[in-house]
Amino acid sequence: MIPLSHYLVVSALLFAVGTAGVFLRKNLITILLSVEIMLNAVNLSFVAFGRFNGTVDGQIITFFVMTVAAAEAAVGLALVIALFRTRESLNPDAFTSLKW
Amino acid sequence: MPETLLFYVLSGLAVGASALVIGQRNPMYSVLLLIVSFAALAGLYITLDAPFVAMAQMIIYAGAIMVLFLFVVMLLNAPQEDAAEWDRTHPLRRPGVARIGIVLAVLLVAELGWALAKVASLEGAVGGNADGAAIASVREMGRVLFTQYSFAFEATSVLILVAMIGAVVLARREGDA
Repeated sequence: MIPLSHYLVVSALLFAVGTAGVFLRKNLITILLSVEIMLNAVNLSFVAFGRFNGTVDGQIITFFVMTVAAAEAAVGLALVIALFRTRESLNPDAFTSLKW
Repeated sequence: MPETLLFYVLSGLAVGASALVIGQRNPMYSVLLLIVSFAALAGLYITLDAPFVAMAQMIIYAGAIMVLFLFVVMLLNAPQEDAAEWDRTHPLRRPGVARIGIVLAVLLVAELGWALAKVASLEGAVGGNADGAAIASVREMGRVLFTQYSFAFEATSVLILVAMIGAVVLARREGDA
């Protein structure tokens, strides 16, 4: 039997890895991937808490998170494509001016 | 205890693959490693008696979203990050910022350790039980989803429509009709 706190520790570790990725990487695609890692970490704790409480609400919220993640990925990658067309770069530091 | 061993193997795989995702300079390898991490997470969902979420994780995340990422990585043929340029220009390399960051990180870890030490009431077993067959049934999940959460479900369809239109508008070339 695995206690709930073990799942929460795994979730916290995954979230920390995702946060570190957002701060450390200088590639827009890798930053978006790190955001996906963070969303998955939260999903894991939702499902673990739902199992702990004996309800399906945790799993249902996970579906909504997945839907939002899909929408975020679609819009985010469209933005990345549009940015890459104007600057030929994926480095966030290349996009410092509001208008060009 | 096979399920305990399974939990540790899957957790290690998920965290390790995620750490490798942010350690890669080539986004292609990052995307492929993230699929490994998502597969391990799907295994963890199975140990939590959530087989439907596990399958959705594989089909939607690993199948659809990651293929979208892979498609964009190949489409852009993006240059890899330059390590020397990173060392020179990254804001975290500035000494003052790095010092504040270290203090905040140590504070966060201490707080997290303190909080986890307090959660004696959360020690109830959640993984690997056999008595959870009733709550995990897909039938019950569908009933709750289409009654209690029906408004959120309908709102989600509007969200997806907006995201689709937004993606088409944003990725369109200037001057296209």
